[in-house]
Amino acid sequence: MPRDSSIRSVLVIGSGPIVIGQACEFDYSGTQAIKVLKKEGLRVSLVNSNPATIMTDPEYADRTYVEPLTPEVLEKILERERPDAVLPTVGGQTALNLAVELSRRGVLDRLGIRLIGASRRAVEVGEDRRLFKEAMGRIGLDVPRSGFGKDLAEARKIVDLTGLPAVIRPSFTLGGSGGGIAYNMDEFEEIASRGLDLSPIHEVLVEESVLGWKEYELEVMRDRADNFVVICSIENFDPMGIHTGDSVTVAPAQTLTDREYQAMRNASRKIIREVGVETGGSNIQFAVDPRTGRMVVIEMNPRVSRSSALASKATGFPIAKIAALLAIGYHLDEIKNDITRVTPASFEPVLDYVVVKLPRWAFEKFRDASPVLGTQMKSVGEVMAIGRTFKEALQKGLRGLEIGAAGFTRTDLEDGRIREKLLTPDPDRIFYVKRALDLGWSHAEIHRMTGIDPWFLDQMQQIVDLELGGAAPHPRWGRDDPARQPGRPAAAWPPLAELPTPLLREAKRMGFSDAGIAGLTGSTELEVRARRKAEGMVPVYKRVDTCAAEFVSHTPYLYSTYEQECEAEPTDRKKVMILGSGPNRIGQGIEFDYCCCHGSFAFKEEGYETIMVNCNPETVSTDYDTSDRLYFEPLTFEDVMNVVELEGPEGVVIQFGGQTPLKLALPLHRAGVRILGTSPDMIDLAEDRKRFSALLSELGIPQPESGTATSLEEAKAVAGRIGYPVLVRPSYVLGGRAMAIVYDADHLEEYVREAVKASPEHPILVDRFLEDAYEVDVDALGDGERVVIGGILQHIEEAGIHSGDSAMVLPTYKIAPPHLQTIRAYTRKLGLALQVRGLMNAQYAVKNDVVYVIEVNPRASRTTPFVSKATGVPLAKVASRIMAGRSLAQQGLTRDLEVHRTFVKESVFPFVKFPGVDILLGPEMKSTGEVMGISEDFGIAFAKATEATGVTIPTSGTVFVSVNDYDKGGVLPHARELHEMGFRILATRGTAEFLNAHGVPAEMVYKVNEGRPNVVDFIRSAKIQIVFNTPLGRESFYDDGAIRKSATVHGVLCVTTLTATAAMVRAIRALRERAIDLVTLQEIHASAPV
Amino acid sequence: MSGARAVLALEDGLVFEGRSFGREGEATGEVVFNTALCGYQEVLTDPSYAGQIVTMTYPHIGNYGVNPEDVESARPQVAGFVVREASTMASSWRASGELHRYLDDHGIVGISEIDTRALTRHLRTHGAKRGVLSTRVFDGEALVARAGASRSMVGADLAREVTCPVPYRFETTEGRPGRFRVVAYDFGMKQNILRMLGRAGCDVTVVPATTTAAEALSLGPDGVFLSNGPGDPEPVTYAIEASKAFMDRGLPVFGICLGHQILGLACGGKTFKLKFGHRGANHPVKNLQTGQVEVTSQNHGFAVDPSLFARPEFVQTHVNLNDGTVEGFRHRDLPVISVQYHPEASPGPHDSHYLFAEFVRMMEAHGSRA
Repeated sequence: MPRDSSIRSVLVIGSGPIVIGQACEFDYSGTQAIKVLKKEGLRVSLVNSNPATIMTDPEYADRTYVEPLTPEVLEKILERERPDAVLPTVGGQTALNLAVELSRRGVLDRLGIRLIGASRRAVEVGEDRRLFKEAMGRIGLDVPRSGFGKDLAEARKIVDLTGLPAVIRPSFTLGGSGGGIAYNMDEFEEIASRGLDLSPIHEVLVEESVLGWKEYELEVMRDRADNFVVICSIENFDPMGIHTGDSVTVAPAQTLTDREYQAMRNASRKIIREVGVETGGSNIQFAVDPRTGRMVVIEMNPRVSRSSALASKATGFPIAKIAALLAIGYHLDEIKNDITRVTPASFEPVLDYVVVKLPRWAFEKFRDASPVLGTQMKSVGEVMAIGRTFKEALQKGLRGLEIGAAGFTRTDLEDGRIREKLLTPDPDRIFYVKRALDLGWSHAEIHRMTGIDPWFLDQMQQIVDLELGGAAPHPRWGRDDPARQPGRPAAAWPPLAELPTPLLREAKRMGFSDAGIAGLTGSTELEVRARRKAEGMVPVYKRVDTCAAEFVSHTPYLYSTYEQECEAEPTDRKKVMILGSGPNRIGQGIEFDYCCCHGSFAFKEEGYETIMVNCNPETVSTDYDTSDRLYFEPLTFEDVMNVVELEGPEGVVIQFGGQTPLKLALPLHRAGVRILGTSPDMIDLAEDRKRFSALLSELGIPQPESGTATSLEEAKAVAGRIGYPVLVRPSYVLGGRAMAIVYDADHLEEYVREAVKASPEHPILVDRFLEDAYEVDVDALGDGERVVIGGILQHIEEAGIHSGDSAMVLPTYKIAPPHLQTIRAYTRKLGLALQVRGLMNAQYAVKNDVVYVIEVNPRASRTTPFVSKATGVPLAKVASRIMAGRSLAQQGLTRDLEVHRTFVKESVFPFVKFPGVDILLGPEMKSTGEVMGISEDFGIAFAKATEATGVTIPTSGTVFVSVNDYDKGGVLPHARELHEMGFRILATRGTAEFLNAHGVPAEMVYKVNEGRPNVVDFIRSAKIQIVFNTPLGRESFYDDGAIRKSATVHGVLCVTTLTATAAMVRAIRALRERAIDLVTLQEIHASAPV
Repeated sequence: MSGARAVLALEDGLVFEGRSFGREGEATGEVVFNTALCGYQEVLTDPSYAGQIVTMTYPHIGNYGVNPEDVESARPQVAGFVVREASTMASSWRASGELHRYLDDHGIVGISEIDTRALTRHLRTHGAKRGVLSTRVFDGEALVARAGASRSMVGADLAREVTCPVPYRFETTEGRPGRFRVVAYDFGMKQNILRMLGRAGCDVTVVPATTTAAEALSLGPDGVFLSNGPGDPEPVTYAIEASKAFMDRGLPVFGICLGHQILGLACGGKTFKLKFGHRGANHPVKNLQTGQVEVTSQNHGFAVDPSLFARPEFVQTHVNLNDGTVEGFRHRDLPVISVQYHPEASPGPHDSHYLFAEFVRMMEAHGSRA
């Protein structure tokens, strides 16, 4: 059947900001969907609050709304756009929940709009565990024993049936938020109470534990004619009990016979029918008892998902694109396979390689968070690796994670903790499994403790055996090797020069990196590389083609391996290579992938062949459609250099992917690779403190006083000279890690002793902290002759909050024009001095009428997409054209860019995933994502940005105010304004007394340790709508943490800085006084210059 | 890396060196590839692979070992086995042993650690090739020459070699006695076909490929089944003749794979050899009667020429969506159905089980008419 001609226009709902459990995979799927719907001639509108997405680039949809994803806003957009249909299946759970809510409110019926891709019932059955369980019962499928509890008493009754351990999952939360596994009744009560609180319908599922069972996922698709295909099977290396987002996962399934696999396939077919997914993709999870083979259904998601993005990348089958086509009526057999071009999409992809996905966590950012892995997802990113064997893919994946491991090895493990680490999974576990294998632990014992399938253990054993056998060569690298005695470390290999060639070859085939081999042979990565190349040992590249080579592939989607035949077929075209940003992490996420994609698009437009190298399966950059050629490879010197040598690009673009490619600039440059854009030397100058300081003094640009210390005494001396407060951080980590602001010598001592252990090898940096300064971020473009400023964003939070976490506003709203002039002038000077060719980002602080430069990065920044969206000028594309030789003048860009509305960026934090972690912001970045609020009015723009982060701004009710003494004067006018708007004000004793004394009526409430009911009780019982609490400063934190944590858990708006308080009060006033205005990016930029 | 040296040489000169796994020795056969991700034990024991050296395109083979249930015949039938990496351990609650031991026990020569994707691409580009797999002789040139001199698939009557020696009655494990008496011609029949027929209500007597029509009719069948099997259908003239006789009598006939090709020839059609065949568990086939797509299990090197449908009494029922080849037909008036693919799956999706019920319905209808 051809397309449903009654659908001529459609609204696509995006997934909003990047949060744990919902990352850029939805930009990938949404972008695919929009592209194909447009190509089909539909009028496409889009709503997504996340400006750092490719999908929200104005050229994709016809009408693009960067607006909060709330039912109210969606209703207004639907009224404005009147589409024939809404497609909610490519925007994660956020989009599905919104669609269901719109349907429940009768909005869709009222406006005569259809839901396509998934019906309301399918969403409900997929999400509501009770309905799902009933549905499985109807089709005769087994599920774990379970029951639902609406309160603790009910939950207790159910656990009597299921027994302990029991799994507790709150209903309707994102990514399993708030769930857990209880091994005893104390834990049960704790998790069940939290789950009941977190569930929007106050309900938890208590379930028989299938902990330790084998876990599988099938990615399936169905069309309106009931055609059904399995796109990919995925086997979790980590068994049931660890969220699949936190598990190492492998595609295809490795340890299922056809009989069991077909039983799973048949079950999936029944499930997708019964749940009622008429068209599109679903993800279905199963658990299998390794002892008996009993198979139970765990859950299904009637939409594209993180796993479907992975499956798309793993197989080359674009699930989201096909799902969008099915949603508008096509059948699977009417759609062609892009890769083979001759076969239809109504088939099941087959792989002739192994795909391993590894999660990347960010616990170093959340020191108080428990790193133990369970049913609630905690990872912030992932890498995917492709190899011809599991061993090869595993080692490639581990080095792609950029966690300091050159492969399946780490040297910083404590043998005494192996047992504990195997029993209690955390991010280190896989390395402890390796260590246990090194020491000869039996597979049975490791399996018992970890639940990891013996087949995977055998694979890892082969890596260990090669390492150990390399020290004492043995024809079969046998298990009884005398080298493997308990307590002995993994053996060292002979020196590189004496290393037998077959061993080197075998190591490469097993995925050992040059760096890993260097570690074993006591040589360097470059020496191993030289030896390897001298012996002709270079990787070949094979294609991901959906069909295991049965048909010709027309898509150069490639991965490296050490085999015989290379299928890369490089062209002799003019080409550039773009290095991606690797796994998402806090501080390096979708913004950089966005820039990489833009780089690729722009170079293509300039007539270049584009080659993308990246290993993050969630991204648009790793869509085989984005660049001419895609190498799915780790971003290490070795892997990148191999591609460079094969392809011979004119140059490599490293300024878009964040720190990951930037780190490679010098090594690549030294290896003779041409780096496009700003020179590696200038990049180094900007990164090197000493060189940079020298440049600033030369240019006469002030920077905060600073010094370096290698001991506590030195640190104290430096701080004494500069004056407290000071910003301290270790010199050897980037991205704000372990950074702190200290206010006196005692704190400095504590910091130096505990946090960083300063030493001559690891000096600490001490900077003057410009307290209460205004901070700005500047994004600019340079072509060597000229610097054009894209935007000056003012931080809403005062200095001291990481720029990645601070809310920002474009244009600036509190900086005097002369200072803006100074900022522009400094930026030009710096851009010219650094000979910036492409993007640059600079941060400044303004204090006491002095503009200080904080740092300059001659590369794309996190705010590049934001500024591009606001100005309508795609900065990364402009930068690419500069690199391709077109000056700013030639591009018609000679004047600084301007904006015609107010654009507010707000950050989104993962605190709800890390119970017990304080939500206070500081110099270390903690946010995972961002949203944009657009309006003609600052208050509305700020309100929109705030609401887009998922909180509702109350326009009446009760507020709680508790500020430190230092902020009391500052908070007064805001409190007065709140009072005038009719808010009831509660405050702690000191604040209340102060407010009352200044004529603002405030009622005193107890702090947590003062008596009951206290402020936390009020928050819990929903008697407080907003918390204003500013602990930043010298005061001790007493019980503020408890207040903020309970506000976070209960979804109460919590404002922690004085400047944000001011902005919030303006937002409240604006919401009370005017209607929110909606506008599309296309309308804003109708007359944009580029 | 383990095992002794092994070499695989193709008739056109391509030589791979890898490691021996399974039995040491030498094997000759047509080198083909199968793209199924799992189900290697079913593949190994499928008699249709007689005379073929089978390459699995999925690189890890042997992961879940072997077991006594997942077999399509009493023993492995392939001439040789080619994998990228053979697991030496078996991970499954149903495993009774490891793959390499199983192959060794049954005398199957295998090779691992070769670039199976390069081999597959070669076969895809140049067509299925005769090959020799050896763990004794490593002289590529000599092996290439030997491959060139080996028996060709075209014209090979392999069904005669793999069929059962004497007729036997299939004892269904499902308990219920069959309602319809079916004579099943064994050209190398997969066990799961028998299980499916049994489950559909057939009382099956399996007869050797060379059984004459008169002998088969003497068993008083309600229907005749023509099984899958190895090799070229053209030399199986005896079965083509028998099939004509069944159709002349108006008996319900159901053919699968080689049986389908034999039926095609019996109907006066032609068959031809595909370049590299269809072997895997993911081939999309469209049922032209319902419009539904079935994901099918396939294993064939020959196909029925669509010129058959120039004659109005033959109706194409199924088409392969990858290459448009004939996947099934029926007779306009007679109770004859036939599919090229494997509705019994094993390994592969169960989308096409309905065909067994259709066969039974034909017998029901025929019975009520008789």
